[in-house]
Amino acid sequence: MAGWLEFEKPLLELEQRIDELRSFADSQNIDVAKELHRLEAKAEDLRRQIYGKLTRWQVTQIARHPRRPYTADYIRMLGVDFTELHGDRRFGDDEAMVGGLGFFGDRKVVIVGHQKGRDTKENIRRNFGMAHPEGYRKALRLMSLAGKFGRPIITFVDTPGAYPGIGAEERGQAEAIAYNLHEMSRLPVPIVVVVIGEGGSGGALGIGVGDRVLMLEYAIYSVISPEGCASILFRDAARAQQAAEAMKITANDLMGLGVIDEIVPEPAGGAHRDPERAARAVGEAIARHLSDLEAMSPEELVRKRLARLMAMGEFKEV
Amino acid sequence: MKDQLSWLRRRKRGIKEAKKREMPDGLWRKCEGCSEIIYHKELERNLWTCSKCNYHFRISAAQYRDVLTDDGSFVELLTGIESVDPLGFVDSKKYADRLVAAKKKTGHNSAVLTGSARVGGHLAMMAILDFAFLGGSMGSVMGEKIARLTRMAIEERVPLITLSSTGGARMQEGILSLMQMAKTSAMLAKLDDEGLLHVAIQAHPTTGGVTASFASLGDVIVAEPGALIGFAGPRVIQQTIKQDLPDGFQRAEFLLDHGMIDMVVHRKELKNAVVKVIDFFTDDRRGTAEDTLGQARKQGL
Ligand SMILES: [Zn+2]
Repeated sequence: MAGWLEFEKPLLELEQRIDELRSFADSQNIDVAKELHRLEAKAEDLRRQIYGKLTRWQVTQIARHPRRPYTADYIRMLGVDFTELHGDRRFGDDEAMVGGLGFFGDRKVVIVGHQKGRDTKENIRRNFGMAHPEGYRKALRLMSLAGKFGRPIITFVDTPGAYPGIGAEERGQAEAIAYNLHEMSRLPVPIVVVVIGEGGSGGALGIGVGDRVLMLEYAIYSVISPEGCASILFRDAARAQQAAEAMKITANDLMGLGVIDEIVPEPAGGAHRDPERAARAVGEAIARHLSDLEAMSPEELVRKRLARLMAMGEFKEV
Repeated sequence: MKDQLSWLRRRKRGIKEAKKREMPDGLWRKCEGCSEIIYHKELERNLWTCSKCNYHFRISAAQYRDVLTDDGSFVELLTGIESVDPLGFVDSKKYADRLVAAKKKTGHNSAVLTGSARVGGHLAMMAILDFAFLGGSMGSVMGEKIARLTRMAIEERVPLITLSSTGGARMQEGILSLMQMAKTSAMLAKLDDEGLLHVAIQAHPTTGGVTASFASLGDVIVAEPGALIGFAGPRVIQQTIKQDLPDGFQRAEFLLDHGMIDMVVHRKELKNAVVKVIDFFTDDRRGTAEDTLGQARKQGL
């Protein structure tokens, strides 16, 4: 059971037993309908038990699940005819960030997103989805193309954070992110942001400014990783569970804080249990929001995008 | 006139408090750069820099105000915006308690001092971060104050000056802090659309979410010598890459070498450098402190 989470395992074991019983019965031509029914009911119970009251730390684990669909998976499952484009024209091509031109249903959209790797080899190439400045600059180059040609933008957010390294700092990680925020706020085309997995800090926000921000049910989005918060404020990285609770990082939390616009429901157990179904929900939500946004003039879009951002935050006036 | 007097009184009090904080051990202070023992009068004359090794002592927002603005011209604005505790956040202490302690320690109610001032005769809007207030961290209040101040710069058609000294986003406000990066950057894009100037000053330290938003969005970026400037802190980077960091890494001079900032300027030259930039980019010129106060009154602030 490699690659599965501890709290998923009882359910997976039960599901495996159901499958075994079914194929055994089929091969022996025995009627086990009653027993199957009993086990299915038990599985449903267990599913409700486990996923009905996930802690924020468990949600974090689902958001980081090694089997969770990534940006490229969604692009493929959404049936996008996708041409990937490369490079920031300044330094290099960052494979932690992908982007390109997509024919999505009747629409022509520019898609950018963080890209994690599925195995060690790919993760080295993708830097675990942690982009360097050239990744953010590539994303902005492509989004500016969308702006120039009036194509809507879809971004997929899925990163532990922007990469903290020597080269990243030398080449202006902070400036790259800041400039993306600056420019995304005024691009004259619809932008729909979908947080599909990990929304890690400024590295997530760097492609996360939009007219609509959607979040998958078991995605997380936070100002700093639970581990980072724990090591700074709780002086112990092992207290990440506590930090995850304190920071309130789930889709439900963010909906309550007015930071996101919609929670995209996931199949029971998470997107990795039924990726196609997760992708259908994502595709439906994106298309619906794009339809709304396409009815607005560029001026209205930009004005409302700014107003949306200005409303962010809680304070009192005395 | 009454307004002006009470404001002057407040200002004097601010200076006195600042001195008290900076001089806990009486008349002498040891330089953290070269260990030289410096007489406080000399330190003050040198704007809290060491004349031997150029070390720049950390100073308060009120002291930076005095370094940067024309005498008596600063009018504090947006004073009534205060933090709440949106998440009910508790780590080793309650966030609510941390806020109370920070207010008591600094005598201010937020981590950013905002106002209008004359700088070399030019009217400008100015935001100065206060590291003493929870590490100059950016939460909802800082984001709101900077966004509103930027809007005021647009309304008055004057330059915006920001001075950063911060550890980054305020974790205790969670995702709302992160969103302030987008909020401030978006309003600066508006300032840009309006053809107005933003001079960003980066003092020690300028890191995290503030660097990845307004502090890096100056039309001209000026840093103080030796200031630590970066996205990730050096400790996080070291833990990630597990190797030694190069000499001078993430210091102002390093950023200058790598093309990330326009100039590194000694604190004694800081105001002149800013004035020169404003002189170049603006055609309007000059006025008096009274105009500043009149402007503020007109806005009912
Ligand atoms: Zn010294």
